[in-house]
Amino acid sequence: MPDITASALAAQVFTGLVLGMIFVLLAIGLSLIFGLMTVVNFAHGSLYMLGAYFGVFLFGYTKDFWISLVVAPLMVGTLGLCIERFLIRRLYGRSPDDPLLLTFGLSLIIVEAARMIWGKIGLTLDPPRALGGAVNLGFMNFPAYRLFVIVITIGVLIGLWLFLERTNVGLIIRAGSRDPLMVRALGIDLSRIWLLVFGIGTALAGLAGILAGPMRGVYAEMGVTMVIESFVVIVVGGMGSLVGAVVAGLLMGQVVGLTTFFAPKLAEIMVFITMAVVLLVRPSGLFGEAGLLE
Amino acid sequence: MRGALRSTGDWVATHPVAAFLIFFAIFPFLVPYRALATQVLIFGLFALGFNLLYGYTGLLSFGHAAYYGLGAYGAGILLAKLHVASIWAALGAGLCLAGLGGAVIGFFCLRRRGIYFAMLTLAFAQLLYFIGFHLADWTGGDDGLRGIPQLKLGFPGFAVRLESPIAFYYFCFVLVGLAVAILKRILDSPFGTVLQAIRENSDRAVACGYDINRVKLLSFVFSAMFAGLAGALDALRLTVVPIESLYWTTSGQVVMMTLLGGAGTFFGPFVGAATYLVLEDRLSAFTESWPLVIGAIFSAFVLFLPRGIWGTLIGGFHGRQSA
Repeated sequence: MPDITASALAAQVFTGLVLGMIFVLLAIGLSLIFGLMTVVNFAHGSLYMLGAYFGVFLFGYTKDFWISLVVAPLMVGTLGLCIERFLIRRLYGRSPDDPLLLTFGLSLIIVEAARMIWGKIGLTLDPPRALGGAVNLGFMNFPAYRLFVIVITIGVLIGLWLFLERTNVGLIIRAGSRDPLMVRALGIDLSRIWLLVFGIGTALAGLAGILAGPMRGVYAEMGVTMVIESFVVIVVGGMGSLVGAVVAGLLMGQVVGLTTFFAPKLAEIMVFITMAVVLLVRPSGLFGEAGLLE
Repeated sequence: MRGALRSTGDWVATHPVAAFLIFFAIFPFLVPYRALATQVLIFGLFALGFNLLYGYTGLLSFGHAAYYGLGAYGAGILLAKLHVASIWAALGAGLCLAGLGGAVIGFFCLRRRGIYFAMLTLAFAQLLYFIGFHLADWTGGDDGLRGIPQLKLGFPGFAVRLESPIAFYYFCFVLVGLAVAILKRILDSPFGTVLQAIRENSDRAVACGYDINRVKLLSFVFSAMFAGLAGALDALRLTVVPIESLYWTTSGQVVMMTLLGGAGTFFGPFVGAATYLVLEDRLSAFTESWPLVIGAIFSAFVLFLPRGIWGTLIGGFHGRQSA
């Protein structure tokens, strides 16, 4: 048992919070795509990995973290647009298992391509110099970059919420995930909305990747366990529920963070045990509606 | 010529078990080396188990590594850690452990339908992987379980040596042949008909008065046991159980094999296993990046040939209908 001091525990809670933010960014993209299109994107973890690699690549060219931070997610989002437009779109109307199978195949291709291009050994991505130090929070010192990750994720979530609640396109997205048939009957071309949502969701995965890069390292397999844990997050939160994705993402961050503190070996296992408990108590997830989109 | 081909095809369709036995009796002499033939049998059996659940019941499991791994560790731990010197006991242990795992995990996963089911099976398989990883005293952890002895196959009064690849092949051939016959029996039974009814329209199966949750769970357990037998045989073949047996890549492999061959067809799993293993063997000889090629071929199959190789030849199931 490590020495349990209040400040060590607080540091772990904050570390869990940062991990939770990465989970939230991944899960909210997955959930958005699933809610509207009933597509489970297995390639989400590979796109997360690509976000980090694009970040390293852009940083090498521009020597500017901020440009990389903006452009890398856009590149991933563009790739996401192409995947939806040219591949997944062919599968609408077929079994909902088919997009999952296709994106599984795509994830193999993307991970292997990353190994070919950037090598098998992981790369590092340095946080910008302005965020290199630590911030004194009064009761402890915390790396500035990690605080920045928390702030930017909250910013993105607020932006996404405003987009979904306050714009016409957001209204169509919300309506489309409730009743696509009715939305189409009103004369709205949902295929363009699907394309947009897939682009936004994958761009969020890319953002999560470049944000995670300086903390967790950049390597071809980095997305593999993340995507499975993000699946767990959206199952716990309730599939298609954005509030659920946020709450469950933060919860899972704490589960991992605190288990790492008290029993490091059990960290990964606790994620799945939490899921099993939620499934027993609330099969539809914390914020899910029973029977929705099954 | 076409008439002869058609009548052969008809005979294969009506006598699948006999056709299986005849083909695989001569199969080791058709491939470049015996080890490949044994691998095709074992992975074909693994895919056969997966296919019972996906192809016939319409439930896509992305976590079949769990039951394959449980079978492998069940057999391996009995032989290497508990020093029980019986192949039969090892196979039995593998089967029981896989069946038990299937019953417990199936109970949880079947609480949700549709696409959730796939994600849950994947998550529970990862849970088992991490447990196997950390229980290093029993499983060998990251290094894999080593020290599985090569035993003789004991019968009352005599014993058979299995060291030579060809002897081991025919040992597998008998067991896999038995499994194929059992699968045929399951599919022909009223229970098998209900499975396919659930695949086609589960609401209607409920309306007909079937307790579909019980039927699905039973199908899950059978499927897990086939996978477990495959895992146990593979542990005997390799004399080591790598931790990757439980990893999600193994689940992905069996999904790819079954879909390449043709889900919901009787021979699809074996055709798929053979295709996958030959591809892997040939591709890895000249490029390190063979998973990229296999991933591309698999994606192309999902897009353009969802019935798989065998399914396209004879017409089979191509994915559960939406809703």
